[in-house]
Amino acid sequence: MNKQFFDVAIIGGGPAGLAAALSARKAGAKQVVILERDVELGGILQQCIHNGFGLHRFQEELTGPGYAGRFVRMVRADTGITVYTEAMVLEVAKDKTIWAVSPTLGLIQLSARAVIFAMGCRERTRGAIRIPGYRPAGVFTAGAAQRMVNMEGFLPGKNIVILGSGDIGLIMARRMTLEGAKVQAVVELMPFSNGLTRNVVQCLEDFAIPLHLSHTITFVHGRERVTGVSVAAVDANRCIVPGSEFYLPCDCLLLSVGLIPENELSRAMDICLDGLTNGPVVDQYRQTCVSGFFAAGNVVHVHDLVDFVSEEGDIAGRSAALFANGELPLEKQYINVKAETGIRTVVPQRISLPTAAGEKVRLFMRAQEPLTRSTLTITTTAGKLVERKLPVAKPGEMIVADISTEKISPDSQEIIVTLLPQSLGGA
Amino acid sequence: MSTISKADVVVIGGGIVGAAVARELSRYQLDIVLLEAETDIAMGTSKANSAILHAGFDAKPTCWKARLNVLGNALYRQLQDELKLHIGWTGSLVVAKDPVDMAVLEELLVRGQQNGVNGLALLGRDEVLAREPNLASDITGALWAPTAGIICPFGATFAFAENAIRNGATLLRETPALDIVVENGRVAGVRTPQGVINTKFVVNAAGVRADDIARLAGDESFTIQARKGEYILFDRSVRNLVNSVIFPAPSKISKGILIAPTVHGNLFIGPDAQNIDDKTDIAATGNGMDRVITGARRLVPNLPLQAAITQFSGLRATAEDGDFILRESEAARGLVHAAGIQSPGLTAAPAIAQVVSALLKEAGLKLSEKRDFNPANPLKPAFQELSWEQRSSLIASNPLYGRVICRCETVTEAEIVAAIHSPCGARTVDGVKRRVRAGSGRCQGGFCGPRVTAILARELNIPMTEVRKDSIDSRLFFDKLPGNCEVPAHE
Ligand SMILES: Cc1cc2nc3c(=O)[nH]c(=O)nc-3n(C[C@H](O)[C@H](O)[C@H](O)COP(=O)(O)OP(=O)(O)OC[C@H]3O[C@@H](n4cnc5c(N)ncnc54)[C@H](O)[C@@H]3O)c2cc1C
Ligand SMILES: Cc1cc2nc3c(=O)[nH]c(=O)nc-3n(C[C@H](O)[C@H](O)[C@H](O)COP(=O)(O)OP(=O)(O)OC[C@H]3O[C@@H](n4cnc5c(N)ncnc54)[C@H](O)[C@@H]3O)c2cc1C
Repeated sequence: MNKQFFDVAIIGGGPAGLAAALSARKAGAKQVVILERDVELGGILQQCIHNGFGLHRFQEELTGPGYAGRFVRMVRADTGITVYTEAMVLEVAKDKTIWAVSPTLGLIQLSARAVIFAMGCRERTRGAIRIPGYRPAGVFTAGAAQRMVNMEGFLPGKNIVILGSGDIGLIMARRMTLEGAKVQAVVELMPFSNGLTRNVVQCLEDFAIPLHLSHTITFVHGRERVTGVSVAAVDANRCIVPGSEFYLPCDCLLLSVGLIPENELSRAMDICLDGLTNGPVVDQYRQTCVSGFFAAGNVVHVHDLVDFVSEEGDIAGRSAALFANGELPLEKQYINVKAETGIRTVVPQRISLPTAAGEKVRLFMRAQEPLTRSTLTITTTAGKLVERKLPVAKPGEMIVADISTEKISPDSQEIIVTLLPQSLGGA
Repeated sequence: MSTISKADVVVIGGGIVGAAVARELSRYQLDIVLLEAETDIAMGTSKANSAILHAGFDAKPTCWKARLNVLGNALYRQLQDELKLHIGWTGSLVVAKDPVDMAVLEELLVRGQQNGVNGLALLGRDEVLAREPNLASDITGALWAPTAGIICPFGATFAFAENAIRNGATLLRETPALDIVVENGRVAGVRTPQGVINTKFVVNAAGVRADDIARLAGDESFTIQARKGEYILFDRSVRNLVNSVIFPAPSKISKGILIAPTVHGNLFIGPDAQNIDDKTDIAATGNGMDRVITGARRLVPNLPLQAAITQFSGLRATAEDGDFILRESEAARGLVHAAGIQSPGLTAAPAIAQVVSALLKEAGLKLSEKRDFNPANPLKPAFQELSWEQRSSLIASNPLYGRVICRCETVTEAEIVAAIHSPCGARTVDGVKRRVRAGSGRCQGGFCGPRVTAILARELNIPMTEVRKDSIDSRLFFDKLPGNCEVPAHE
């Protein structure tokens, strides 16, 4: 096994990894490698055959494979990018040695100057949310079911209940209906949907599929195959309302109860993780707390628009290339970015100083709960950086704001982000 | 299916007890048939229990439980190498929180010494907290039992059965015993859906169903009450919370809710105890989970509930007087019961097998040793545990070692294929999981489940739609319906 050397090594060939590879090349990296464990590039997009991808980037409504295809072709055309598919990375060391295995190449060992994590995320399962009942066949995560229907051609069920109204749950409600299955209902614990508004309209309302907000599943019936579920209302504290229980017969329960960034490799390297995003803490270059290790895409925080994933890939790819060439500004100090009232998460979690003249940093934020007519404020001790009115804010839709770094001085201490109802927030 | 029309011994029930009995009997020149009603062995109590090799201080010295626990624990030390069992000799602690508990520990110490348990010691609070820093700070002391261990209970069941099969025994799955033919007060055969197997000797190792089996032979001498125990299993990321098995001081009815590591580096809490009438009721319940959490918090206050990956429950097979029932039936000679095998049945299984073998001999079965009995199972490489050099050469010999199917547990396609084609190989998705751990990690098969389904379909030469999750009617997928409703692709 002879070791190969690269400027930038990218783990994961989804949209984040693909964008990172292209931008790393553009920023001067000579040898880039993408390691992807699946048989082809594209990541989760391969199974997303619905449209709605690329509205920002290409001003076009593409399907997932359509969007991925554009990037894959550019990557394949670039001889400075080596692609290993069916190559599962099992270990990464602090000295940036990477070990992967593949059925065709056996053990792959390589070394890089900079590493980008772009491993995406995985789905939360039934066990994590403790639904009582049996463990029959017919309980699937929505993403696994999506892959089976769209790529392999098998149906997970014909009479379906979906728990969770995030985008995957919503998209699968429409998908299963189009395949001829009956979707009894989508059940959501929270008093609001976690998905994009357009998906609530296009996937549920257009098909008259009931959405039970503030409800949960209290029992899975059936010993061998699912025969039904019990559903009950929950109160403001998410406790079951006695007497509200009803039964829905079904042969399949799809779970769309959250995505968790896939940070096994990062964790093994002691990269600092953010307890709320479950991804690494990064700065505006998407550099993690371990020098030379970058991250982008769903591995950092779960995105709802692939355009933002590609954008984050661009940033990480460029920064990694600069790092590999010794051109990335060496940070002297960090300013933390903190989510406070109304905001649940913010990425990047810190800004490294000094910043370049005219540099702008884009913050990605998620609201704590839905608000109509609210005010987003971003402040430092030196004063307000941003104040903006938002007609609607939803936890399911990322809030994006650019701040110019000129106003951030080394003694600004921290940057605080809040989202307040307009009645309270002045303005 | 089965073309077997006669056997020297038919063992009913493919749990740890039936499998250990079959393996013990396979030392002798006998035709042995092991019958299992389900799609796989180890699908009853033997898959859902605390997985502890108890030291043996719980039971009163005179009963079977006490004797066979200590003997079984010792036998596992020999069997570990032969059968390639996953065992961790972690030791156990029974912790006390007040003077009443402390008195109980002293009783247990004396009883344990009478039972022949070595190395028992009473530890003070500081000693206990030095060993287990995450325990509740209000504990006052503990009984330390160095001989206790943890084991993979289904892995052990497979290991016994595989060795029995290597030594000539026949395993028939999806083959329930429907009736026992009794002629003139003696066993004459066992009826199955594939016909009658003529035999003079039957071992009843049917777990919670052992009383039903006895009734088939006209034996009403005992009944089995099922008592459910629920568990919550945690991710490996929290493995270091405890280092050994931690029990509370026991009450009159149960050893209480415990917290323990597993041999695969997970952690679990449980079980509670609920008497139930329906012997198929293994549903997890909200109340049960609450009880388990409350109980475990008494031992370890900071429980990582967000790291839960699954829940499961098992049924204790409790007999009236609480001891194992090991004897020949008076209603049907030649029928030997291994019934009422509740805890510590897993620990005692190899010793129970020796007792059953002796009972069969007393009942007239001729035992002559086989010259070529091979006590050992071959070692199966677990990719995850190997060095890079070993991995590299395995992939060179078989490229399927280079294809990782289960991400969480790093299980390769080669291991899955081997698990399907080994003696008593896997036939279901959960069967693969119990043999090689594909799907037992934090994503619980979310990613690899469909791939394992496809591998099973290919290797067993059946359609995808016939692959089952676990039990007989647990098919996973339907054929996709023909349709013209694809959303048009833009490129
Ligand atoms: C069901 C669904 C519907 C969506 N719908 C839309 C939509 O309509 N419009 C829109 O704009 N966005 C949508 N999104 C969001 C967006 O497409 C995703 O967030 C985005 O694709 C994530 O990209 P990623 O590269 O971070 O991760 P992924 O696409 O998940 O890629 C990660 C890649 O890393 C690989 N990998 C992981 N670990 C390793 C390892 N150890 N070794 C090698 N390879 C590894 C994986 O195999 C995978 O290919 C949707 C997302 C989902 C899940
Ligand atoms: C909550 C709990 C915790 C426990 N903890 C421990 C512990 O920590 N340590 C310990 O030593 N012990 C423990 N035990 C006890 C131990 O698990 C059991 O004693 C042991 O698994 C019993 O094995 P078995 O083979 O008798 O029964 P099972 O594993 O139930 O096997 C019986 C088999 O018979 C089959 N069967 C039934 N009817 C028929 C039929 N008609 N034809 C063919 N097959 C049939 C069933 O399908 C089943 O596979 C625990 C038990 C429980 C419930």
